[in-house]
Amino acid sequence: MWKLTQEFIHKFIPAFEHAWLAYIAGALVAALALLAFASLFAGLASYVERRIAGRIMSRVGPNRVGPQGLFQFVADGLKLVMKEDLVPAGADPILFRIAPYFVFAGMFGTFVVLPFGAHLVAADLDVGIFYLMAITSFVVLGIMLGGWSSNSKWSLFGGLRSAAQIISYEIPAGIALLSVAIFAGTLSTQGIINAQGGLPWDWFAFHSPFSLVAFVIYFIAALAEGNRTPFDLPEAESELVAGYCTEYSGFRFVVFFFAEWANLWIMSAISVLCFLGGWKIPFVNAPEAYSGWLWILLGFVIFSVKTLALVTVVMQLRWTLPRFRLDQMMNLCWKYLIPGAFAALLGTMTVMALFSWDSPAGIAIRFCTFLVGALVVLYYIWRIVANYRADSANYKKLTGQSMWYPPWRLP
Amino acid sequence: MIKQELKNIDELRILREPVEGEMLVNMGPQHPSTHGVLNFLLVTDGEVMHRAVPHIGYLHRGIEKLAEQTEYAGFMPFTDRIDYLAAMAANQAYAMAVEKLAGYVVPERAEFLRVIACELNRIASHLVATGSMAMDIGAVTPFIHWIREREYINEITEELCGSRLTYNYCRIGGVSHDLPATLAGKILLWLDHFEPIIDEFDRLITHNEIFVHRLADVCAISAQNATGYGLVGPNLRASGVDWDLRRDKPYSVYDRFDFNIVLGKGFRGAVGDSYDRFVVRVLEMRESCKILRQALVALPAGEIRSKVPRVIKPPVGETYAAVEAPRGELGYYVVSDGVSSKPYRVKIRTGSFTAMSIIESLSKGVMIADLVAIIGSLDVVAPEVDR
Repeated sequence: MWKLTQEFIHKFIPAFEHAWLAYIAGALVAALALLAFASLFAGLASYVERRIAGRIMSRVGPNRVGPQGLFQFVADGLKLVMKEDLVPAGADPILFRIAPYFVFAGMFGTFVVLPFGAHLVAADLDVGIFYLMAITSFVVLGIMLGGWSSNSKWSLFGGLRSAAQIISYEIPAGIALLSVAIFAGTLSTQGIINAQGGLPWDWFAFHSPFSLVAFVIYFIAALAEGNRTPFDLPEAESELVAGYCTEYSGFRFVVFFFAEWANLWIMSAISVLCFLGGWKIPFVNAPEAYSGWLWILLGFVIFSVKTLALVTVVMQLRWTLPRFRLDQMMNLCWKYLIPGAFAALLGTMTVMALFSWDSPAGIAIRFCTFLVGALVVLYYIWRIVANYRADSANYKKLTGQSMWYPPWRLP
Repeated sequence: MIKQELKNIDELRILREPVEGEMLVNMGPQHPSTHGVLNFLLVTDGEVMHRAVPHIGYLHRGIEKLAEQTEYAGFMPFTDRIDYLAAMAANQAYAMAVEKLAGYVVPERAEFLRVIACELNRIASHLVATGSMAMDIGAVTPFIHWIREREYINEITEELCGSRLTYNYCRIGGVSHDLPATLAGKILLWLDHFEPIIDEFDRLITHNEIFVHRLADVCAISAQNATGYGLVGPNLRASGVDWDLRRDKPYSVYDRFDFNIVLGKGFRGAVGDSYDRFVVRVLEMRESCKILRQALVALPAGEIRSKVPRVIKPPVGETYAAVEAPRGELGYYVVSDGVSSKPYRVKIRTGSFTAMSIIESLSKGVMIADLVAIIGSLDVVAPEVDR
């Protein structure tokens, strides 16, 4: 994106000759665009999540502000921004004030290497994945600071739980991503996408059964890193009141939750770019094909659809599953996910050594793994449909009315 | 590190000088999972609890003293407030106590109506108990689903007696309103709808592996401990003690119905663990559905209230009458001096109060998340504890 913005600047402002000024201007434009995207996504994700939760719980959800309640997040944000910025008595004022910005920096920093399309990336760093793993650790710093400096015992519990959780789950996530890096031969995010194909059986998730395992492990670990259910222990409402953000109010609270919802995009986008083919369009494999704006745009749409599908899955999980206990969460990580991730890494490497990408055996393995994955997805959809049909028949028997509402409309 | 035997330390001393390495946390009275206003003083080492001291009294309204100031019939609305989730059982127990004391006979139809209302109320109460327990474990959806089902029960009771929560349905010697003509069909229709919903609830949460692992083997109460601490109701039955007032000391018309007493069998762990207490409640709802179906079919015609004088003056004496409320035996000990139209003394025995007493001994060495599970699984309701 930096290259594009530079071209844009040179085209429209010919007097702009100083390279360093163009560099700064390009960086600023990219940052602003990403910030706008992140805030819009976080706001809309909060709205969509509440509507999905309403569906799942057979209640209405926000439908007052704007058409179908679409501007609920704007109203909520404005309300929170206008609230008093409280610092509790006995809190460490500097750390308390600075903590949300660590969380924000950790979240927003990842957008630097997250690609949106063929050339739509702020900076295609050579150490992309490594940078992602490193910068997300900033989040845990902010949560720990917030938990510790609030001078509240519930916050402290939340902060410590979060530290334990995020640091532990970075290990399986890292190992799972390592198998991707080995497969692609690069750490650059664009390089990883370029190593995959557009068709589902050319995605890395279906490279072999082991990489499917790696994908599942990464997804679970990403849920844990994002503090999403079933790993929402740091902000466990029924246990710790609100965890690390118990004492936060107003704008700082907004920042925490902005980070949480923007993180939805980040975790899903990383899964998509590493395992699900990124922005690759089916049947278009040559990198030089992605030079026209139309192709880039189509790639962006494909990438977004995949990412939003994963975001929806994460939201459904949140409103379906209960929460782990602290020791169970640690057990799952250290006893199951980390050995599993290592096994997946070794397995992927073995498959890569034995069968080359284009050999018939390699294609057969890919195709079979894809079939397994497709069956899982079909079973998931079938369960939803079957449950829905049973429910609506039951509802009709009691009330005589249909339960169906189109997804875009609620009573 | 515990330096001294904590048992012997005065609570106030703990507050002033905590033992090294321990942390003192106040849980409640405004904590999301204390189910009303309970306060627990937690002595913890990080997440592991050494001790949880329940503090009660935040909802004490002096209902027993109020009984001495009001006439026998006038005390009925106060009994609603003893346990707002199961007002009908409290109504019925008080009416039974006064009827026993004064020697009134209740018409058969009224007894059937009481049973119908009580069983509906038992389902409603177990809905909240199991739903809020799921919410304590972190799953919000089952709770909202259960609240939706409870709304139908509220509509039914609204049609039956005009109230949705505090029914004030029983009268000394009968009930206040007759069953509307169409309501029996409505209840049966709702039961047809509700039983598949229990299956759906089981799929959603009861058999959820995370949920099972959170509750199985957590804080099992042995049968000996359960009887020793005076646990009653589903908590007692979950520990494997076969005791239900509806069958063992039949009151009203319960001896005419065919239903099973659900016992904890260690469904996924030890007998009497938190998961057993949860499952026993879910299964009891199915049994209540059975009773409701039988009662609606067998409902006899006739009076709904016997002739009772306006001012009730029972002869000198004392009596105790108890019912199997959703939270276990709920009994009234009523003393009459024979002259006054007000009771001389009313003592109320509730299940939540005894359930609170076992929490301190259960909570040694468990985690904070487990304490939430214990409180939820014992189904403690704050107003029933304090009265």
